[in-house]
Amino acid sequence: MNRLQDVGDGSVALAMAGGRLSVRLSRRGLLASGLMLAASLVFVLLSLTSGDYAITPGDVVRVLAGGGDDMLRLVVLEWRLPRACLAVVLGMALGISGAIFQSLTRNPLGSPDIMGFSVGSYTGVLIVMLVFSGGYAETSVGALVGGIGTAAAIYLLTWRRGVDGFRLVVVGIGVAAMLSAANVWLIRKADLQVAISAAQWAAGSLNGLGREQLAATSFCLLLLLPAVFVLSRPMRQLELGQAVAVASGVLPERTRLFLALVGVALVAVVTATAGPIAFVALAAPQLARRLSRSAGALLLPSALMGGLLLVMADWAAQHALGFQLPVGIMTFNIGGLYFLWLLASDGRK
Amino acid sequence: MTGNRLQAHAVTLRYGERTVVQDLSVTIPDGSFTVIVGPNACGKSTLLKALSRLLAPRQGEIVLDGANIRSLPTKEVARRLGLLPQTPLAPDGITVVDLVARGRYPHQSLFRQWSATDRQAVAEAMAVTGISDLAGEPVDQLSGGQRQRVWIAMVLAQETPLLLLDEPTTFLDIAHQIELLDLLAGLNTAGRTVVAVLHDLNQACRYATHLIAMHKGTIVAEGPPSVAISEELVATVFGLPALIIPDPVTGTPLIVPRNPVRRGSGLTVPADVLSQDGARP
Ligand SMILES: Nc1ncnc2c1ncn2[C@@H]1O[C@H](COP(=O)(O)OP(=O)(O)O)[C@@H](O)[C@H]1O
Ligand SMILES: [Mg+2]
Repeated sequence: MNRLQDVGDGSVALAMAGGRLSVRLSRRGLLASGLMLAASLVFVLLSLTSGDYAITPGDVVRVLAGGGDDMLRLVVLEWRLPRACLAVVLGMALGISGAIFQSLTRNPLGSPDIMGFSVGSYTGVLIVMLVFSGGYAETSVGALVGGIGTAAAIYLLTWRRGVDGFRLVVVGIGVAAMLSAANVWLIRKADLQVAISAAQWAAGSLNGLGREQLAATSFCLLLLLPAVFVLSRPMRQLELGQAVAVASGVLPERTRLFLALVGVALVAVVTATAGPIAFVALAAPQLARRLSRSAGALLLPSALMGGLLLVMADWAAQHALGFQLPVGIMTFNIGGLYFLWLLASDGRK
Repeated sequence: MTGNRLQAHAVTLRYGERTVVQDLSVTIPDGSFTVIVGPNACGKSTLLKALSRLLAPRQGEIVLDGANIRSLPTKEVARRLGLLPQTPLAPDGITVVDLVARGRYPHQSLFRQWSATDRQAVAEAMAVTGISDLAGEPVDQLSGGQRQRVWIAMVLAQETPLLLLDEPTTFLDIAHQIELLDLLAGLNTAGRTVVAVLHDLNQACRYATHLIAMHKGTIVAEGPPSVAISEELVATVFGLPALIIPDPVTGTPLIVPRNPVRRGSGLTVPADVLSQDGARP
């Protein structure tokens, strides 16, 4: 009962279940999504075959088909595959979160890493490490509470009979600056061992993460996904401005609040798992938007681009330089390139 | 009068502590082309925002089809009443057809995001506004007149029996203004109730079947243009001494300002230049 129809403006309409389910998709967006998916697969495969223990693509296929010796299975299934998948999942979460905040703030800089949520997570982590001498689990909780608390504070500080996008960014940057200062002060109070693990956390890394984290983050993401789907249409309508959005039947304050909640939850999950990973949330939606030539933020392409960026960055962090880097450092560099590219492409306009 | 779909009952409209409209009641006659006129900052946009539930009255209520507009589900309201605000925002790079399609929002749902009805409504709206050829163009590369027609098409695609427009003719040259007003008049004849804020009194008198004149947040005159408009009204509301004669084309009131051009009054042109028969150097 599926029906695919050309709308004639570069998009196709897909009708399923006798028209009870129907969507309109842009060809260019579909093509871009397909490309990003394929590229992500390539990098996942690359991650499986790179490393000290040599594995060929043939080995990978054999393992995935259920064969291979124990060592091979251990390396592929227990070590490398979970980490690569985790990179994709976390990157997707960051991509969606970035798209949400850039749409909310109508600003390409309105991304969770610029707006201080991860700085707040770091504050939470530092407090946990200093006061409770916590391990991985406690640190994650600290990051979660710190990030969400910071977001709530920013939201409340911005609120003036409604939340204005630009003010949200400005308040966010201000809060981030203050919390950074607090973090420096906290680190100076800490003894060396704690300061070192804090710095390690702050770099953002997937080292040592595997199945457990993949299961936990995938679960969180699956919980948030329905909300993302429901909110994506009113989100795009809000891009037409408050007046048009209201006139076409959107409840703006409620939509914004839920969007902010989902966006914060997504980035909080990532930060709690791997520490702050900069720039993916910032760059993914913009790159995805340009690749799919769409207007406004698109959640699915942003998610795919986020996944691609992070799996790429994590592969590069592990293998590109001959020594291991935390992936957060790698994404920082990608972020720098992204800004240069943005300046260059804006300069051409 | 109670049968009319859209009414304001004794509404007080404020921004913060600033009261713009106090205790105002108005009825939009069904099937009318209602035009709201008045000097700048008298509260025309504010009234339109209230009528389209963008601004909640501090007192009184807006009534749509006999119910308080705030008690109705917002999507239900959006299927009955459309609004084109004064300065709508187009996302960067959005194409014409994509923007027009956004008008379909209240008719769609999570599972039914694009139906044959949507496609038809969008195509019709673009045909009526004469922008079918522009479908794939980015909105930010169009001329002001084309862009305005795209926005009108977006509200038309919403297929609401009531249509509210705030200064739809600003930024358009005179030919495009007339074209747009003709389009709205056509929609009105085809059965829609149209409410528009207009600046040009003569255009208002030509096109309105019902005229509402506002001054300092109150309605000072209301009715068919020939009844509502008078020399005293133009003098008090706009502070403009004017002569009113029948429009030679339509017979509707035509407002002709009486002020002769008073050269030299407060202008920086030297008096000796003007004294030479008013000729410019
Ligand atoms: N968002 C706002 N916040 C505060 N004051 C406003 C706002 N919008 C309009 N006003 C004020 O309300 C008055 C009426 O404005 P408006 O209804 O836009 O006038 P009009 O459309 O007749 O030119 C003006 O004095 C204006 O300054
Ligand atoms: Mg106005």
